[in-house]
Amino acid sequence: MRLLRNTVPLLGVIAILVVVALIGESTSLATQQDFITALVSVVIVYGLYVFVGNAGVISFGHISFVAVGAFAAGELTIPTEPKHFTLPGLIPLLADHSVSNIASLAIAFAAGAIFALIAGAPLMRLNGIAAGIATFAILEITNNLLSFDTNIGPGATTLSLVPTSTGIFQALLGAILAAVLAFAYQRSRRGRLLRATREDPQAARAMGVNITRERLVAFVLSGGIAGLGGGLLVHQLGSITTNQVFLDLTFITLAMLVVGGSRSLLGATVGAIGVSLIDSFLLTAVNSVHVVFFNLTLPSGSADLGLGALMALMLLWRPRGVTGGRELSLPRLTRLTRRPGSADKRGAA
Amino acid sequence: MNVAQTIFDGLALGALYALVAMGLALVFGVMRLINFAQGELITAGAYSLSLTGSLPLIVSILICFIVCVGLALLLDIAFRRLRGADPTTALVATFAVALTLEAVWTIAFGTNGKPADLLSALNTSLTHGSLQLRWVTITMIVGGAALLAATALVLDRTSIGLQMRAAARDFRAARLLGVRTNRVIAFAFAMSGVFAAVVALLYTVQVPDVTPQFGLDITIVALVGAVTGGLDRLWQAAAGGFVIGFANAALGDILPSSQRVYVTTFLFLLVIIVLLVRPDGLFASLRRVNTDRV
Repeated sequence: MRLLRNTVPLLGVIAILVVVALIGESTSLATQQDFITALVSVVIVYGLYVFVGNAGVISFGHISFVAVGAFAAGELTIPTEPKHFTLPGLIPLLADHSVSNIASLAIAFAAGAIFALIAGAPLMRLNGIAAGIATFAILEITNNLLSFDTNIGPGATTLSLVPTSTGIFQALLGAILAAVLAFAYQRSRRGRLLRATREDPQAARAMGVNITRERLVAFVLSGGIAGLGGGLLVHQLGSITTNQVFLDLTFITLAMLVVGGSRSLLGATVGAIGVSLIDSFLLTAVNSVHVVFFNLTLPSGSADLGLGALMALMLLWRPRGVTGGRELSLPRLTRLTRRPGSADKRGAA
Repeated sequence: MNVAQTIFDGLALGALYALVAMGLALVFGVMRLINFAQGELITAGAYSLSLTGSLPLIVSILICFIVCVGLALLLDIAFRRLRGADPTTALVATFAVALTLEAVWTIAFGTNGKPADLLSALNTSLTHGSLQLRWVTITMIVGGAALLAATALVLDRTSIGLQMRAAARDFRAARLLGVRTNRVIAFAFAMSGVFAAVVALLYTVQVPDVTPQFGLDITIVALVGAVTGGLDRLWQAAAGGFVIGFANAALGDILPSSQRVYVTTFLFLLVIIVLLVRPDGLFASLRRVNTDRV
């Protein structure tokens, strides 16, 4: 019973993920892509959450780990035959090997984690806005190198011919794995130490917590999860450019985390799935709005307007996010089942 | 003469980013809020210039100022709810507002650029041999210095300026002593609107093609500069903005052509090094005690 009570937040989150996957499974192939996108977003947002949520320090740099994971997984799964032709500049390590789908995802995780270790080692002693700008610098540098250095990537062109192996089942497995990792970390000794530094840095330091080291541990784990998200993303899309894993994705994933509530796994889950599905819905809706008698073509930018306004209002109205940083818990669950109305509200928002 | 040209290019870009950085630092000073929507004020001003191009110049400029200050005051009302919010949330919220406004521009004016060339006379340049110095560069440097001096005077010599400094130093204490915080913050936003209008006027001379992203891109770079210089003091932020603009232009001229595409990498490596050595900013006073403010 105690074990059950302790893992309720995780089980609840996994249940949400499974429900999303099941709904996606039952829809048309085109709509299913929206649900796969939602689950891949969940993985990326979990990566962000492990660091931002537990450390309370903002990072604009996590999409660079997504980018590294995506390009590593993508380049390594293209068969060597077309690769020598389409990407002639690649270094031998990337050019002469071709690995399976699962291996490429493991490599994406490792690449993200190693890159986070290298980038994070000097940066983790920064606080507040300086940390934000320094991680933003990592994002800019990664994008700049991937966009122009043909030794490691496609340069200014699109990386294409990547096998599209991320189906709804694999996306679900990836999301569950990321959830388990994130939850295990936040309940571990290391995770609790880091959360203590978030609540009161001075007190934590006085108790002998090495803030820089604890942040680095979280940064590396979160970099790995973000890299895994990148691997899943590239295998969903089949082709990718460096600008798809740059500023826009950075902003939208941060917004997902904050809208849901950046301090709980539940918040990351709800925010990622909610914002991602609303985004997809708005994009589809803009392309085909039926107003009783005639088809209305909304101007481009309408979907952005809807999403931006929704997130802005959400954050101004509820700055702590939809969940307010709470996790699911048993007493709450039983209370909610007695009053099903409030449970619906919480899940749908 | 190449060195002189490099310096002129650097001065032009540096002055631009310094002006944007000052607008950001004004609001940050009183509210501890990084206002990404500052860039949208610039875009709004630039669109107003483009739309009123047929009116007399002075009317057009006046409308630009009214639009920028008006929108800045609207932002102030919208962001009141963010006071005391988690810094990450506040930052993402202003970004969301910026993207919303960007979508509004896209719907209203399309993604193609709108021409705005009111002050194109400033585009003529003084030439000396191969050396070129455009009038707009001179205007920007002189105007930027004048604005910085004027703002310093307002902060130093007026009652509202004193209240702003008090609020920046210790918001709660200032409030307890009777500083009307709503008025002070609104004033800071209005001043950031003035800076945005000036940037819109001068930047349209260099880039006479207003797109929905017109202001956001320069705001992000200016923010990096402001933090690198130090966000706590106006002149530090301005100097930081200037340095990043200058370094950007100078790196573009110094690097061999094969490496020129990596200007961004070199620039941001420099930013990281500065932040590691001086986390409070390049120009921040050494004596200040290190505090975890945000």
